[in-house]
Amino acid sequence: MDLMSCLECNESVKMANRTILKESQIMKIHYITGIAAIFVVALHIMMRLVVPFEQSLEYDYIIANYKNIIYVLILESILVLISVHGFNGTRIILLELRQSRAWENMVTVVTISAMIGLIAYGTRTIILANGL
Amino acid sequence: MNNTAIDNKNEQKITLKVYRENRGQDSGSHHDTFEVPYKKWTTVLDALLFVKSYMDPSVAIRYSCRMASCGSCGMKINGVPKLACYTKISELETSTIECEPLPNFPIIRDLVTDFSRFFNHHKSMQPYIQTNDSTEVDTNKGTFSFYQSPEDVDKYLQFSYCIKCGLCYSACPTVGTDLNFPGPQALAQQYRYFADTRDESKKRLDIVDDRHGIWRCHFAGSCSKVCPKGVDPALGIQLLRSYMLGISKNDKIPAKKIEINDDDNNNNSSKI
Repeated sequence: MDLMSCLECNESVKMANRTILKESQIMKIHYITGIAAIFVVALHIMMRLVVPFEQSLEYDYIIANYKNIIYVLILESILVLISVHGFNGTRIILLELRQSRAWENMVTVVTISAMIGLIAYGTRTIILANGL
Repeated sequence: MNNTAIDNKNEQKITLKVYRENRGQDSGSHHDTFEVPYKKWTTVLDALLFVKSYMDPSVAIRYSCRMASCGSCGMKINGVPKLACYTKISELETSTIECEPLPNFPIIRDLVTDFSRFFNHHKSMQPYIQTNDSTEVDTNKGTFSFYQSPEDVDKYLQFSYCIKCGLCYSACPTVGTDLNFPGPQALAQQYRYFADTRDESKKRLDIVDDRHGIWRCHFAGSCSKVCPKGVDPALGIQLLRSYMLGISKNDKIPAKKIEINDDDNNNNSSKI
C-alpha cells in the first residue's frame, strides 16, 4: 500500500508536469486575485456609502449605477477576481479531500467550468443592465 | 539510613496507559494500564522499558540511542507527539501518562509505526548535494572541498539538525488529509539543500511545485512546535515559497572550490 501511494505520488508529479500552468503560477494568480479583490470590494462598499443605505438599494439607483462605466468596471473586476480566487480555493480544498488522478482531473475541469460559467453569466447581467 | 532506603521512601508511581494494537490480528485496539515507579529523572521511555522488562514483555516499542539523536522513539504522549527518551515523567506534571502511536503513520504494532511513506517522501526530495562538477569525485585530479562562509552555513544549518523522527509529519494537519503531501520534514529538507551554496541543482523547486506539493501547507506551525531538535520546518517551507513566488531572489553564489594538497592535509590547512 505504501509502495502504491509512492507510485501514485510520482504519477501525480508527472501529471503536474503536463498541466498548462505550474502550481506556483496558479498560486501567484490566487494570491494576486485575493489581494486585489480586497481593494476592489472596499472601493465598491465605499461607493455605496456616498448615499443612505436604503437609497443604495433602490431599483433606479442600482440601474443608474450600471450605466456608470467606472462602476461597471469595478463590478466586472469583482466578478472576475472573486470567481478566480474562490473557485481555485474550492479546487484546492477538494484536492485535499481525496487523492486520485480521476478525482483531481474531475475537480479541475468542474471548477474551471463553473468559474467560466459564473463569469459569463455575471458579465451578461452587467451588459444587459448597462444597456450596451 | 542508607541511600536505598531514602530512594524507596521517595519512590512515586505513575499510571501508564499504553495503546495496544496488533495489525496482524483483528482483535482491535485497546489501552493497557500499568503502575510504574519513577524518579525525578525517569523518562517515558524508561517507564515503557520497565513495563516491558517486569510487567508485559509483549509491549512493542521502537528505540535506540536514548538521547534524542536517532529519532526512533517518537510517540504521542498525552496527545502531543514527542520523543519518549526526551520526555521526563516529572515534567509532564500529571498522574496518568497516555502513550499512543504517532498519528499519520500506519501502525505496525502497539507504539511502533511504519515510516516507509515518510522516508519515500524524504527520498523524493533528492536530499543530497548535486553538483555539475565531476572533479570532486575524480580522485586523479586531487581532493577538493568547498568554501562556505559562516553566513552561507547559517542559511541552512538548523535544517540539517533534522533527525527524521517524524514528529512534525505526525503533527501536520495537511498530512492528515492528503497523504501525497510530502510533509514538513521533506519540504524543510528541500530548503536545506536549496539554500546550500554547494548545491547546483536547477530542479529542486520543480520537485515541490506540484498539486500536492509545497502550496498545500496551511502554515498551522504545529511542525515547528513539536520538533525536539529546535528545527523550524514551517520557516523552511515559507522561505522556499517566497523564492517560488519571486518575493525572495535566489542570490546564491556557488561555493568556491578549494584544492587540498597532501601537504595541506598534513599541515591541516588549505589553499584557495
